[in-house]
Amino acid sequence: MSPLPQSGMSAPHAAGHGEAGFWRAYVFSTDHKTIAKQYLAWGLFWTVVGGLLTVPMRWQLAWPGSDVPGWGVVGASEYNVLVTMHGTIMVFFVAMPILLGAFGNFLIPLMVGARDMAFPRLNMLSIWVFGLASLVLLVSFFVPGGAASAGWTGYPPLSGKVEYTGSNWGLTLWLLAHALEFAAFLMGGVNFLTTALTLRAPGMTLMRMPLAVWHQLAATLIFLLSVGPLIAGAVMLLLDRLIGTRFYVPGSGGDPLLWQHLFWFFGHPEVYVLLLPPVGFVCEVLPVFSRKPIFGYRWILWATGGVVGLSFIVWAHHMFVSGMDPRLAMPFSISTILISVPVAWVLFAMIATLWRGSISFETPMLFALGFIAMFVFGGLTGIFNGSAPVDIYLRGTYFVVAHFHYTLFSSTVFGAFAGFYYWFPKMFGRMLSEPLGKLHFWLTVVFFNLTFFLMHNIGLAGMARRTADPRPFEMLQPHQWINEWATVASFLLLAAQIPFVVNVIRSLVAGAPAPVNPWQASTLEWSVASPPPHLNWGEALPVVERGPYEYSVPGESQDWLPQRRPLATGA
Amino acid sequence: MAIQVQEQPFYGLTPAKVGIWWFLASEIMLFGGFIASFVVFRLGATGWAEAARHLNVTIGIVNTLILLTSSLTIVLALAAIQRGDEAALRRFLGLTILLGCAFLGFKVIEYTGELRAGYAPWTGTFWSFYYAMTGLHALHVLGGIVVNVVLLVTTEWRRRSPHRIEVAGLYWHFVDIVWIFLFPLLYLA
Amino acid sequence: MVNWMRWFPENVSTYGGDVDSVFALIYWVGLVWFVITLGTFGVFLVLYRRRQGRRAFYITGEPLRQATWILVPIAVVLLLDLWIDWRGAPAWAKVKGQSPPAELTIQVTGRQFVWEVVYPGPDGKFGTGDDRQFSNEIHVPVGRPVRLVLKAGDVVHSLFAPNLRFKQDMVPGRLTGGWFEATKPGKYELLCAELCGISHSLMNGWLYVHPPEEYQAWVKQQWPAARAAAERSPR
Repeated sequence: MSPLPQSGMSAPHAAGHGEAGFWRAYVFSTDHKTIAKQYLAWGLFWTVVGGLLTVPMRWQLAWPGSDVPGWGVVGASEYNVLVTMHGTIMVFFVAMPILLGAFGNFLIPLMVGARDMAFPRLNMLSIWVFGLASLVLLVSFFVPGGAASAGWTGYPPLSGKVEYTGSNWGLTLWLLAHALEFAAFLMGGVNFLTTALTLRAPGMTLMRMPLAVWHQLAATLIFLLSVGPLIAGAVMLLLDRLIGTRFYVPGSGGDPLLWQHLFWFFGHPEVYVLLLPPVGFVCEVLPVFSRKPIFGYRWILWATGGVVGLSFIVWAHHMFVSGMDPRLAMPFSISTILISVPVAWVLFAMIATLWRGSISFETPMLFALGFIAMFVFGGLTGIFNGSAPVDIYLRGTYFVVAHFHYTLFSSTVFGAFAGFYYWFPKMFGRMLSEPLGKLHFWLTVVFFNLTFFLMHNIGLAGMARRTADPRPFEMLQPHQWINEWATVASFLLLAAQIPFVVNVIRSLVAGAPAPVNPWQASTLEWSVASPPPHLNWGEALPVVERGPYEYSVPGESQDWLPQRRPLATGA
Repeated sequence: MAIQVQEQPFYGLTPAKVGIWWFLASEIMLFGGFIASFVVFRLGATGWAEAARHLNVTIGIVNTLILLTSSLTIVLALAAIQRGDEAALRRFLGLTILLGCAFLGFKVIEYTGELRAGYAPWTGTFWSFYYAMTGLHALHVLGGIVVNVVLLVTTEWRRRSPHRIEVAGLYWHFVDIVWIFLFPLLYLA
Repeated sequence: MVNWMRWFPENVSTYGGDVDSVFALIYWVGLVWFVITLGTFGVFLVLYRRRQGRRAFYITGEPLRQATWILVPIAVVLLLDLWIDWRGAPAWAKVKGQSPPAELTIQVTGRQFVWEVVYPGPDGKFGTGDDRQFSNEIHVPVGRPVRLVLKAGDVVHSLFAPNLRFKQDMVPGRLTGGWFEATKPGKYELLCAELCGISHSLMNGWLYVHPPEEYQAWVKQQWPAARAAAERSPR
C-alpha cells in the first residue's frame, strides 16, 4: 500500500516558501490566508459598486424624473437594471465572497489547527473562477441592450425572451456569471467541509471547534445541497434563451412556475448561507468581550442544525400567491414559522452570554451587539411575511424590502464588521483605530435605521417593489416624504462608511503593529503571529487541550485559558 | 527540519475521499433538480409518453450495459493497482475509457437520428428535458473520461496512486448511477 | 409611525378584516417579544458592564438546569407561532381556499403594460358577442361577490388591490383567480406587484365600486341593448 498522499504539503513544496516571488506570493498563491484576502478585495470592490448603484435608484424614488448629478435622468429600464444588479451584486458578489470566501478561508484552517485547506490548488482555482465570474458580470453592464433587468430573481418569461426586457447579452452574461460563481463556491465548499473533518490538529475534537467554524460548515453545507436545483434551473433558462427550448415557455408544455420553485428552493436556504457565518462571528466576539463562555455551545449546535434542516422546507413562502396550489400555503406557513424557533434560540443564547459577564464595548463588540438588536427586529418582521394570509397583502411590497434589509444588513454588514474589526489585527498585523471604529458603528446604526425603518410603513401603505417611478400612484403621494427621507438617509449611510475606509487605509499604512493576542482570546488563531506565517504553525502543530470558550474559569489567575497547550519554550 | 504534516483520516476516509463525496452530494442535487422537475412535469403532461416513444430504447439499453460494464472495469483497475499490477491497471483503465467513448459515440448516433427526424430541443418540453438531461450527463461522462485519460498516461507514481484511482472510480460510479435513473425515466416511462 | 395598523389603506373588503386581524395579532405578539427581548438585552448591557474588581461568572449554559432559561421562552415562542398559524389558516382558506357563488365574473389579463378587463356581458358567457373589454378599470357593484379569472398575456404580472387586501399573480399558460366582495363605494387603486418589465410602474388602474343604482346605470350605459332585459329580471 503506498503511503497517503500529502495533499500538496510535500517537503520540497514546503521548503521553497520563504522566498516566493511577488507572483507566487500574491497572485498565484495557494495559501488560504492570501486567497482570503483576494476574496476580500473582490468583495470590497463589489461593495462599492453595489452601494453606488443605489444612489441613482434612491434619487429617482425621492425626486422622480429629476437629473441625478453625474448620471442624468434615470429611465425606467435603467432603474430595473439598477435594482436587479444591486440585489445580485450584494447577495452573490459581496456577501458570499466576504463571509465565506474571505472569512471562511482565513479562519477555518487557523481555528482548527491546520496548515492550509485540504486542497490548496483547488482553493486557488476557486478564487480565479470567482474572478472570472466578476469579470463576466462587469462586462454585462456594457453590452448592447444593457445589463440584466429582470430582478435578482430573474423570473421567466420576463427573463426568458429578449424582447420582454430588451436585455440580450446582458441577461445571458448574468446567468453565466452566476454559474461561474456557483462553481467557485462549490469548490470552496468542498474544501471547507473536508478541511474541518480531516485536518484538525491533535486534540481538536469536533466538539472543541469554535462556533465560527461550525457556522461556516453549516452555511457551506446548505449551499452545497441547495444550489444544484438552481444550477439546473439556470441551465434551463439559458437554453430557453439561447436555443429556444421550452422549459419555461407555456403553450408547448413549459411552466414559468418551475423556475420559481427551483430558484426559491435555493434562494431561501441561501439567506441562511448568508446569515450563519456572521452568527458564527458574533458567537466568537461575545465571549471574548464578556469574558464568559458562549451560553450553551451544544444547544446552539442543535439549533443551527435545526436551521439547516428547516431552511430546505420553507421555500414556497415566496410563492403563496404565485398561482401554485393554494393548499400548499398552510404547510409552508407552518414550516416557515417553525424556523423562528431555532433562530430565536441562538439569539436568546447570545443574550444569555451577556448575563453576569464583564462586558467591554470595543468596536467588534458594538457591531456584534448591533447585529443582535437589528436581527431580532428583522426576524420578527419575517413572521408577518411567513403567514400566508398576511403575505397576500405584503408580498411584493416595500414591507418585504424592509424585512430583508433588516435581516440581511444586520447579518452581512453588522455581523461582518464585527468579524472584520475583530480579526483585522490577525489578518493584517495592524490595529485599527478605536475612536474611528466607534464613530463608524454609531453612524452606521443610526443611518441604517433611518433608511430602512419607514420602508415598512410605505410598504403597508401599498408601495410595490421595483417601482421605478412613484408618481403614477395616487395612494402613495401623501407618503412620498418617506421616499425622500429614506434616500437622504441612504446617502448618509453610504457616507458613514468613510470613517471605516479611512481607518483601514491608515492602519494598513501606518497603524500600530498588532500583538499576537490583542483581545486576550483563547482560540487557536490568537496563539500565532499577526499575521500568521506561511503554513501557520511553525515546525509543530498545536496540541489542543480544551474548548474554545474557557473564560473566567474559577480558580485560574488569568481570565482566559488558551485552547492549545502552551509551548514548552515559554512562548 | 521536517515540517510536521497532518492528515487525519476521518473515520478512515482520506481528505480526497471526503472531498469527492461532498462534491458528489452537490451533483446529486444538480441532477436531482432536473429529475424532480422532469417527474413533476411528466405526471401532469399529456403527450410525453408519445414523445418518449421516439427514443431509441435499444441504444438506451446498450448504453446502460456499456456504463455498467465500465463501472466494473474501473473497479478491476483499482484492484489491479492495489496489488501493484501496472499492466492490468493500464488495461482496465483503458477499457473504461473505451467504454466511455463508446457511450458518447452512441449518444451522438442517437442525437443525430433524433435531430434528423425533426426532434430538436425546442420541439417541445419533453425534448428540452431529454436533450438537457442527457447532454449534461454526457458532459459529465466526458469529464470522467478526461480524468481517466490523465490517470492512464501519467507515469508519475505519485499522481497515479490507488487513492486517486479510487476517487476517480467513485466519480465514475456516480455518473453511471445517474444514467441508471435517467434511462428508465426518459426511455421507459 | 409605530402603529403599523394605521398605515394600511382603508379596508373595503369582506375578508379584509380577517387579513388585518392576523396582521394585528402578529404585530402585538411581535411587539411584546421585541420589548422583552431587547429590554433584557439592554438591562444586561448596563448591569454587566466591565467594572474594576468584578469578574465574569463562568456559566457554560450546557447543563439542562441552565439551558432551561432558554428552553422555557422557546416553548412560549413555539406555542405563539402555532397559535398565529392556527389563526391564519381560516383567513387563508376564506380568501384563497374557496370562492362563494358570484353573479359577476370578470376576466383580467395582465399584459405589458395594461390590465385588459373583459366583462362577459348580459349573457354571462365569455367569448360571445356581448363581451366588452376595458383597459385599466374594473367596475363592480357594492355588496356583491365578484369572481375574477386572471390571465397573463406575456410575462408574470400580479394584480394588487390594496383596499381589498387582494393580490394574485397572473402566469402565462395557466388560469389563476380570486374573488372579493366590496363593502363601500368608491374609487380604489390597482397596481402590479410583480416586476414585469420597463413600465411595471405604469401599470396602475382603478377599481370603481358603485352603489347598486349607479352600477345599474353603468351597465346600461355599456350594454344599451340589454336594458329591457335587465329591467325585467330583478337584481
